[in-house]
Amino acid sequence: MVNVIWLILLLSGILVAALNGNLPLVTSAAFDAVAYAVKVAIELIGVISLWLGLLKIAEKAGLVRLISKIVAPIASLLFPDVPRSHPAFFAIIMNLSANFLGLGNAATPFGLKAMEHLQELNPEKDTASPSMITFLALNTSCITLIPTLVISLRSQAGSADPAEIIGATVLATTCGTVFAIVFNSILKRKYFHKH
Amino acid sequence: MEIITEISRYVIPFLLFFIPLYGFIKKVPVFEAFVEGASEGIKVAIRILPFLVGMLVAIGIFRASGAFAMMAQFLEPACSFLGIPPEVLPLAVMRPLSGTGALGITAELIHNYGPDSFIGRLASIMQGSTDTTFYVLAVYFGSVGISKHRYALAVGLGADIVSFLASVFFCSLFFGN
Repeated sequence: MVNVIWLILLLSGILVAALNGNLPLVTSAAFDAVAYAVKVAIELIGVISLWLGLLKIAEKAGLVRLISKIVAPIASLLFPDVPRSHPAFFAIIMNLSANFLGLGNAATPFGLKAMEHLQELNPEKDTASPSMITFLALNTSCITLIPTLVISLRSQAGSADPAEIIGATVLATTCGTVFAIVFNSILKRKYFHKH
Repeated sequence: MEIITEISRYVIPFLLFFIPLYGFIKKVPVFEAFVEGASEGIKVAIRILPFLVGMLVAIGIFRASGAFAMMAQFLEPACSFLGIPPEVLPLAVMRPLSGTGALGITAELIHNYGPDSFIGRLASIMQGSTDTTFYVLAVYFGSVGISKHRYALAVGLGADIVSFLASVFFCSLFFGN
């Protein structure tokens, strides 16, 4: 699926540019994107290092196991194939809380760590496990309580009340999250029924 | 709501204070443990770089070539049928693909129509209520070497569409069309 979408993005972009006589634009867009990708990765090195450092302290102090144990009763409902008190729960909780609070750059390191833990439990290493898909469904549809970027954009543009959109945003994103959880469990059942 | 904004502001300093202190109480050699963990950071960042390059190049070309604008135009009739203002359509299409791309469109809409206009508010709500699903899937799955995504994209994009339609609904409800 991703292969097909990637190919469509790439080929249709180049074709449209060629039809419009804008082929040089493709070259500059490609090189701009590459430079940007490296910039993002370099910036991530620092942030990821910081959070993985803290995570290691939390792990050695037993904090990770403690919190994983506390959330296990609820989390086991959503992630039935993750053993109780597994450290994956801690990374998942930290990722979702960071998203919830609008701390995007703290969310990524914990999200990648959660994927690593889920991959350890995954019997087929090249195929997404149901828990991974549930985690990503929660992650990408996750309720963000404070869309900080949007609020700062609005106040820069001279809004009378930059934060007035929070209520509607929370309601809209909640619809998405509820849908993701329901749709995920339907597709999961369907998928494993067939195979 | 203000309480939550305050919490967001203090949570990182709190974690930076509390986790090392807790570690120290539990007799963990805190600095050594921190460095041990942090040394993995560069490996993780390097591992996701190829996925970033692949995604960002394809999306960059798709956008710069005008193919993106064509796709938004193509979807317009369906949207006006559902009562969705066509101005926000490029945002809806861009949002799952690229966070910075979507933010650029949101900034543009807020600037052009005013932050307190219907379009400005709707763009703000859409930007805040959905995520860059496609990009997140590619990077997160890529980081652990998963190539078969099963039904993950269907769930993610389905949720995005629901959030998008809900944004239109709640924006009309709260702020009137």
